[in-house]
Amino acid sequence: MFNTALTLSDLGFLLKGAGMTVAITVVAVLFGTLLGLVFGTIKAHVGWLVAAPLTFVLDVLRSVPLLIQLILANAFQAIAGMGWSPFIVACVVLSLYTSAYCTEVVRGGIEAVPAVTRRAARSLGMTWRQDMANVTLPMALRVALPGWIGLALGVMKDSALVLWLGIIELLRSSQILVTRLQEPLFILMVAGVIYFLLSYPIARLGDRLEKRWREND
Amino acid sequence: MFNYTFHWHQAFRALPDMLQGALVTLQVAVLSMVLGVAFAVLIAVARMSANRVARGMATVWVEVARNTPALFQIYMAHFGLGAFGIHLSPFTALLAGITFNNAGYLSETFRGALNAIPPTQTRAARSLGMGPVRAFWSVVMPQMFRISYPPMTNQMVWAILMTSLGITVGLASDLAGVTQGLNVKTFRTFEFFAMAAVLYYLIAKLVMLGARLIAWRLFRY
Repeated sequence: MFNTALTLSDLGFLLKGAGMTVAITVVAVLFGTLLGLVFGTIKAHVGWLVAAPLTFVLDVLRSVPLLIQLILANAFQAIAGMGWSPFIVACVVLSLYTSAYCTEVVRGGIEAVPAVTRRAARSLGMTWRQDMANVTLPMALRVALPGWIGLALGVMKDSALVLWLGIIELLRSSQILVTRLQEPLFILMVAGVIYFLLSYPIARLGDRLEKRWREND
Repeated sequence: MFNYTFHWHQAFRALPDMLQGALVTLQVAVLSMVLGVAFAVLIAVARMSANRVARGMATVWVEVARNTPALFQIYMAHFGLGAFGIHLSPFTALLAGITFNNAGYLSETFRGALNAIPPTQTRAARSLGMGPVRAFWSVVMPQMFRISYPPMTNQMVWAILMTSLGITVGLASDLAGVTQGLNVKTFRTFEFFAMAAVLYYLIAKLVMLGARLIAWRLFRY
């Protein structure tokens, strides 16, 4: 197992794949969070009947396997003649997927702010926008951030599925090396270690934030 | 806009086969949940034990399960274990991967639930003459399941969604596998996978509904 044919340039190939994983994750989390902020704010402020169509769409995004969503979106863009590259398809699908989960995180955060606090802000003469920007969102952030970190890490791990569209991300690049070197265990373990190093420190940070902020409640 | 004719009747004709696949999907999900819960209880207990080796092994399991992709874990079971002379079929590899993943996530849920149960419960059970195993089995564990029931139903839905990864290791009998088989024969990708998406959605909803009914029956005083 330690007599490996894996060269430094092969490791570089894996790291390039990891770069693709990170790139897709960053794009998806960025746009997913922006959408999630909008959807979550809407859902926290309107009644369930008004929000029902939005709730249904987001629920579908969470109840259909991501792999099926990717395949469907890829087939659809081909049918509609949009000519998107797999990278764009992956980013769009993962962004929507992220937004579905982020909506719940944002909504939970906003709803955790006591209604009396918001009413107090409004009765001090703040507009709705000032109340959101200066009172509600800062307080909601404390509740929502640990969940959001978990979500971002989940998206990073789920982004492995884009290999089905032919994007060479970390797991796919490890498969390519396995095909050539025929050392599945070792190469997969290297890929696993890279995933672990990407995910574990941030997960720890999230745990620490959650604990520290809970003490001050 | 669309230079394409949809052939939905083909997808509808394939519905019986896909429903057969849905049964396999449910089978993998349920098996992985049952095994996952069993392992997760052991891990949660091991993580609180005084034995260093048991604690270390349990911690490694949980951290690896939670910090690497589920697909990686399935690949590990399918391609990686070959180095030890263990050759798993796609079905077993998928089941092993999802079980490993489920156990990691569930054990954290269980650990949180165990921390929420007052230690006086164990002490009271012990002072009634129960042994440590009996006290855990009959007094602590039922309360643990009660507290962690909602996250467990979420994990069950996750398990169903994860079974779709079986096609990446060549499983052809579950819902995603059957769909992919039809797809490579007919190239009607959109129609078949749209049908599969609807079926996955319905399965997820049915499982949630079933979980709610079971909870209503199980957890009333």
